[in-house]
Amino acid sequence: MPAFILLTVLTAIRILGRNRLRAGLTMLGIVIGVGAVIAMVSIGEGAKAAVAQRVASMGTNVIIILPGATTAGGVRGGQGGAVTLTVSDGVDLKKRVPLLGDTGWAKRDVMQIVNGNKNWNGPVNGISPSYLTIRDWSFASGGPFTQLDVDTAARVALVGQTVIENLFDVGEEPVGAVIRIKNVPFRVIGVLAPKGQSAQGSDQDDIIFIPFSTAERKVFGTQFLGSVGAVFASTERLEDLVPAVEQIREALRLRHRLQADQDDDFTIRTQVDIGKVQAGTSETLTVMLFAIASVSLLVGGIGIMNILLVSVTERTREIGVRMAVGAKRRHILMQFLIEAMTLSLMGGCLGILFGILGARLTTVIAGWPTIISGNTVAAAFFFSVAVGLFFGLYPANKASRLNPIEALRYE
Amino acid sequence: MAPLIHCEDLWKVYRLGDVEVQALRGLDLTIEQGEFVAIMGSSGSGKSTLMNILGCLDQPTRGRYRLNGTDVAGLRADQLADIRNQQIGFVFQSFNLIPRTSALENAQLPLFYRGLPLREQRALATAALGRVGLQGREQHYPTQLSGGQQQRVAIARALVTSPSLLLADEPTGNLDTVSSREIMTILDRLNKEQGITIILVTHEPDIAAYAEREVVIKDGRVLTDRNTKRRATLLPTEA
Repeated sequence: MPAFILLTVLTAIRILGRNRLRAGLTMLGIVIGVGAVIAMVSIGEGAKAAVAQRVASMGTNVIIILPGATTAGGVRGGQGGAVTLTVSDGVDLKKRVPLLGDTGWAKRDVMQIVNGNKNWNGPVNGISPSYLTIRDWSFASGGPFTQLDVDTAARVALVGQTVIENLFDVGEEPVGAVIRIKNVPFRVIGVLAPKGQSAQGSDQDDIIFIPFSTAERKVFGTQFLGSVGAVFASTERLEDLVPAVEQIREALRLRHRLQADQDDDFTIRTQVDIGKVQAGTSETLTVMLFAIASVSLLVGGIGIMNILLVSVTERTREIGVRMAVGAKRRHILMQFLIEAMTLSLMGGCLGILFGILGARLTTVIAGWPTIISGNTVAAAFFFSVAVGLFFGLYPANKASRLNPIEALRYE
Repeated sequence: MAPLIHCEDLWKVYRLGDVEVQALRGLDLTIEQGEFVAIMGSSGSGKSTLMNILGCLDQPTRGRYRLNGTDVAGLRADQLADIRNQQIGFVFQSFNLIPRTSALENAQLPLFYRGLPLREQRALATAALGRVGLQGREQHYPTQLSGGQQQRVAIARALVTSPSLLLADEPTGNLDTVSSREIMTILDRLNKEQGITIILVTHEPDIAAYAEREVVIKDGRVLTDRNTKRRATLLPTEA
């Protein structure tokens, strides 16, 4: 039997080879279907991985609480327009919501930064030391500031990669250098490891961190002491994120003495929400691709079935002869099934090739990240075989049920 | 020894719409191993139906057909395929070679379904082509061969399994006189030298004359069955 299958495969390839144009056109549907799936899935996977990486760069299980909007005479301010969040909110939340591992806070302003003869306009963030751990910042060199630095409002700074590139010459050692922020000298004690783009697409490395107290008292000139730009918190486990958000909301409403009919004067966001939007986009894309791919595989399969039916009719006499010399029903069935599967498999392999090529071109030309997973290729391969099998079954069965006498007499 | 073919009260009834067609009406026929029989009869006499049944392509409606002592009636399609593969060789009027396939591969075909190793298939098919005088033409396609040569490939295909019975349905019907004589000479030699039983259907008396026995069928029964011991080669040729 294996010898029979091998010979039948060889015969099938030769029979298809006799009519190359027809075989090629028949395969085309499968080639396009499989190629589209491979290319699109790899683009989708690439996008998903990029989003996941960006979301992860925010830190793990991060909750961000932003002050709410104010309404003054019917004119609503933007998000963060009001001073409704304070350091004491941050401190208090840690006590009231046990699910939270830690809380931190930050306040930012864009300022001119000078080092020697170079200067740069970048965002300066006054932060609590816990902020660094919550947001998963690590150091390329040097290290973080301590609670002592916060207590004494020390003039120390942590500098991001983009700022380093703009303020320091190549080879110049930033740690230990003194830079001026709004004319206040700061000693650089740490260089942050790069994080790349955020989930929103902004450059996370264009940043300077200084102790919150220093920022408040010596740089920003804050009107309301203790007000923060955002409170950050994190939970130990991902599952705790949703209940923690609820508890934070309750605690804050209580602290801010909000009535039941009043809206929140703050907004709570989690990285899950932020990731969801983009993951949702790529999921929609994936679903659409699968729909397109299924349709083209279906069309390709019908093409194969159609051509095989023509082939069965054309080769009725041949089938009769084969039966006369001793071919059994299953021999004829196998012959046509193998022809169908050879067609769809060759189409599938070509499709995989074109799909990989398409994905690579997308990366090269459009610069989108693509990931070609073995699973996708295996699935495409499997589906193309399955399409051949499924759509070959009807013509093959029809061929195998021919009456040898009538088949021999067929004109 | 049991006769090669033993038909007893063979009936074949077709239904064409409401009309019942009785192609065979209680036909009796016995053919011994090694005979060379010509079956004659006008069209509609039932000889094609008889050939189909003898070739195990069809089953009788009623009656008994023993081939080599085996009752063929009631066998399943796959068992019939095995019998065709092992005991019967077919030669058709229109050659019925598989197009765009070499002479060698055409001759190999029955062995392919027998599941022999490829090398053995090639060796046997090459030998069979040699026996019909087609050495050196193994790789030719049917379109590159003359009608007579194509029919010889078909005979090689029928011979390759060393069958006990060779059924030739008007083998010279599409051939000119010279090719016809070649083909009949080959069949005659196979019968004389290798003892292969040959049943030949023909319209032409001079072709039938190669046989030793002439069976005439009419209305689904045997009309006459006579021994024609004279050799065809002794007859004056009427070209």
